[in-house]
Amino acid sequence: MSKPIVATTSLAGCFGCHMSVLDIDERILELIELVEFNKSPINDIKKFTKKCDIGLIEGGCCNSENVHVLRDFREHCKILVSVGECAIMGGLPAMRNGIPIRECLEEAYLNGPTVVGNEEGIIPNDPELPMLLDKVYPCHEIVKIDYFLPGCPPRADLIWEALVALVTGDEMKLPYEVLKFD
Amino acid sequence: MSQFVKFTIDTIECMATRGQYLVDAARENGIFIPTLCNYPGVKPKGSCRICTVKVNGKLMTACTTPVAEGMNVENESAEINDLRKSIIELLFVEGNHFCPACEKSGSCELQALAYRFKMLVPRFPFQFPYRSVDASHPKIIKDHNRCILCKRCIRAITDDSGRSIFAYRKRGIGVEVVVDPKLGKQLTDELAQKAMDICPVGSILVKEKGFNVPIGARRYDKSPIGSDIESMQISKI
Repeated sequence: MSKPIVATTSLAGCFGCHMSVLDIDERILELIELVEFNKSPINDIKKFTKKCDIGLIEGGCCNSENVHVLRDFREHCKILVSVGECAIMGGLPAMRNGIPIRECLEEAYLNGPTVVGNEEGIIPNDPELPMLLDKVYPCHEIVKIDYFLPGCPPRADLIWEALVALVTGDEMKLPYEVLKFD
Repeated sequence: MSQFVKFTIDTIECMATRGQYLVDAARENGIFIPTLCNYPGVKPKGSCRICTVKVNGKLMTACTTPVAEGMNVENESAEINDLRKSIIELLFVEGNHFCPACEKSGSCELQALAYRFKMLVPRFPFQFPYRSVDASHPKIIKDHNRCILCKRCIRAITDDSGRSIFAYRKRGIGVEVVVDPKLGKQLTDELAQKAMDICPVGSILVKEKGFNVPIGARRYDKSPIGSDIESMQISKI
């Protein structure tokens, strides 16, 4: 039987959740025996080359590119997992959600105390740039998400337990000390 | 009439003083009924409904219901725990609870209850309301994003003549808990600290200090909320 295929991505996240995947330490050797990686920043595969079994999503959706990537993952992965607070509830990027988007952009590019050298008062609007969304959306408000692993970042043990449970089909243990929101 | 009453919680036989509220009676019998708006020594209000139990088949709040002889109380059932979990989820989506950025994280009762009920994601859509942070008081910060309107501070923090230093402002969906502008000066350092400690979430913070307990040593890092009460039950058996 061929190994289950895992893909991962970071949307509006800080890559902390990916770092937490690496925090499984020497178990990473077991992991590569257990699964094969497809599209992921870990192996730098940029595009899906086949259908995957598990997609790990870090970060919420703050722009049109995030939405595009997330939908691409939904199309290519049988199971999608929201990894971390940002994917689950928008996380720190979502702290802008109560503020109108125009105000955010004006603060960042025109009025903020650290703005220098923007005499023409340009807010970046090149068609190449992904459009910012009105607010940061949790992934499950854009596509169907099958499982959720909270934490900022989720503890390495939680990610490991979840991956092993998904691959082996065993029930997942959820010890008190690994389920945390911070 | 006897001073004591006998009743059962989840078929466990319990005894309590007549007139005691159910949460307190349960605690003395080593049974944890989760609470959020309730606080020992403060008049119960029954507003958050987390302590909902079934008394003789009827849903009641355990913090406002006095025990009575022969009561059959249902506390730990799948139905009741799912009701409680849904209230916690509603509180999480109704405000802006960014746990990773909150000073109270790890010692927060709302978060601890979410851990206890294994909330992975709220079933309701996030509201992301626009709320402000009021840092105008010299001693405390009042973060409206995190306030769950439990009224603990209004009920417990009073001046010498018993007047509440905290108060509700505005109405309906816009209601906020604020420091009463007239009585704000009477908030001593001691009362400010008490207000921060009594706040179940991170909505009242004492200024000029924070994050002074390391991760791992915070109140709910190692053991779930209520486990101290439940350990009494185990030792009793």
